[in-house]
Amino acid sequence: MNETPAIAVRGLTKRFGARTVVDDFDLIVQPGRICGFLGPNGSGKTTTLRMICGLLIPDAGEGEVLGLDLRTQRRAIKHQIGYMTQKFGLFSDLSIAENLEFIARVYGLDNRKARVDAALERLGLATRADQLAGKLSGGWKQRLALAAAVLHEPKILLLDEPTAGVDPQARREFWDQIHALARDGMTVLVSTHYMDEAERCHEIAYIAYGVMLARGTTDQVIAASGLYALQGDGPGADRLSAEIEGRPGVAMAAPFGTSLHVCGPDPAALRKAVEPWADRIRWSEAEPTLEDVFINLMRTATDNSVLETA
Amino acid sequence: MWERIGAMIFKEVRQMARDPGTIAMMFMFPIIQLVIFGVAINNDPRHLPLAVEANDNSAYSRAIVGALRATSYFDVTEVASRYGEGDQLIAEGKAQFVLTVPTDFSRALVRGERPQLLLTVDATDPASTGPAVAAVGEAVNQALARELTGPLAARLAGPGPVTFVLHRSYNPEGITSHNTVPGLLAIILSMTMVALTAMSVTRETEQGTMENLLATPLRPIEVMVGKIVPYFAMGFVQVLVVLAAAALIFKVPFVGSMALLMAVTLLFTLVCLALGFTMSTLVSSQVQAMQASMFYLMPSILLSGFAFPFRGMPRPIQWMAELLPPTHYIRLVRGIMLKGWDWRLAVPESTVMLAMLLAFGTIAVRRYRDTVA
Repeated sequence: MNETPAIAVRGLTKRFGARTVVDDFDLIVQPGRICGFLGPNGSGKTTTLRMICGLLIPDAGEGEVLGLDLRTQRRAIKHQIGYMTQKFGLFSDLSIAENLEFIARVYGLDNRKARVDAALERLGLATRADQLAGKLSGGWKQRLALAAAVLHEPKILLLDEPTAGVDPQARREFWDQIHALARDGMTVLVSTHYMDEAERCHEIAYIAYGVMLARGTTDQVIAASGLYALQGDGPGADRLSAEIEGRPGVAMAAPFGTSLHVCGPDPAALRKAVEPWADRIRWSEAEPTLEDVFINLMRTATDNSVLETA
Repeated sequence: MWERIGAMIFKEVRQMARDPGTIAMMFMFPIIQLVIFGVAINNDPRHLPLAVEANDNSAYSRAIVGALRATSYFDVTEVASRYGEGDQLIAEGKAQFVLTVPTDFSRALVRGERPQLLLTVDATDPASTGPAVAAVGEAVNQALARELTGPLAARLAGPGPVTFVLHRSYNPEGITSHNTVPGLLAIILSMTMVALTAMSVTRETEQGTMENLLATPLRPIEVMVGKIVPYFAMGFVQVLVVLAAAALIFKVPFVGSMALLMAVTLLFTLVCLALGFTMSTLVSSQVQAMQASMFYLMPSILLSGFAFPFRGMPRPIQWMAELLPPTHYIRLVRGIMLKGWDWRLAVPESTVMLAMLLAFGTIAVRRYRDTVA
């Protein structure tokens, strides 16, 4: 840990009006790591990413990105950061090649043509280079956006829910690419709602309503949660969730296919809670999942986002 | 079916109520239209500035001036004492009419020689001076009828006591297009430059591409300049088209300097672009940008002196119209093209436009940031 962290922020705070969207947020990401950024909608993920890439100025807090001061060296940071916005941010009325060429010009890259051609080749879009970006399907748009975000070979890549609405195969390929980039030393901070994606990250940070609630590798986060889980199999197990969830010692109960997954903080209390159904349902120990952890965290966190809509 | 239509109506009303632009349109448009068409626009402008060059200060000439004033079409704003001063006042736009009374006017009048009475009109805008000119002959004859009494009453018979000479400066044939075509430059540039710039910036915000642009090393000023230059080039083409049409189709005379016209056009175009950019920082969607441009264009067309006589409007409206960039540009274009203004005459209006450019430019740069939200 004697390397300079790629991202090191302390006490980041952002308010919009009376609402504190990000509250006293700390994060350190080491170079070459893929850090998953999870949290419910409106929890401040996008705002945090925007503060890190210089699109928003924090109301309080400080930090360094690649050793550059977050508050005073925003322009220098922008040169070394790639940001893929949640909404497709390229020009739909320009062709694929034209979009990449524009980005290459904006970053003042040398060998522009060669770089754009290479990116098109990697994308597998060389034959469709002249197609308008707006006509691409969701998966292809996402690939193009990633290609544009890494065209200038940034040291840090920020991805804001990059795989929303993309099919499983494209998602798999996307993640393979992210891992390849990280192998080459790129630091990646990616926000997502998908648990399987969270598990593909080196480490995760769970933020809810502006506050970091969990941090570490998947195993660390699960272990730190102190949750204990049981799986119930038997006739009608999947229909018991509502009944069981109300009982003391049960944090949540959710059907998975025909079986029921329950979890709670105390093993004895959880066992006791499912006891009444022991005659027809076989209860076996199960691993608590990331989803269990996050849903549990989300329940205990207070949602301040409703203030805005109220 | 009625329930479903009702659901649509209910939803529509709710959305309307939540859109300040639409509400503003609903209330402001009738008010603006009422003010403009009910109060501001007057096709029979009165109290137009008249300069008198009385080389014969007699009871007759005083009676004539008094009669002109009594028509309410004229306000004597200047008294020219030197020969040629009247023409100068017209060139500068300080007077719209000059009445020249020759030296031996009263003697010739008494002798029945039917002396000449010269009325010089700034005919660049024939529509605004027409009614006033039409009222002159009758007013002069009535004034003299009161003065020429006793034996002199005989002078009133026949073709009249004086020979009335009307000189239409700059536009001898009184062709309206000579006035409107130069004015069109202002309107066309306003329409395209302001509206297109305002929309092009909001389009980026609306489509989400602005966030992407701002995450790159592009500086706000670079985004602004990059966006403005193509529109600027387009404006230049428009100017050439209008000028070519003015010369070839409408045969509008071009008395002044092309270089000066280009210089003030450059200034005006920049004002329009800065204004469009400022608008774009104040609105959040392309629809709102369009509405804001409409709010700007309507008064620009109606109050700037383009469509209706500027001097026909009540004073407070004239002051308001002075705040519109086209008002000043139109004066410059007409001055340079039709009256041959040199740079000295162009300085006052150009200064106003320069001040506007600085004001809008400052607001635009200040409001446009390299961050989102």
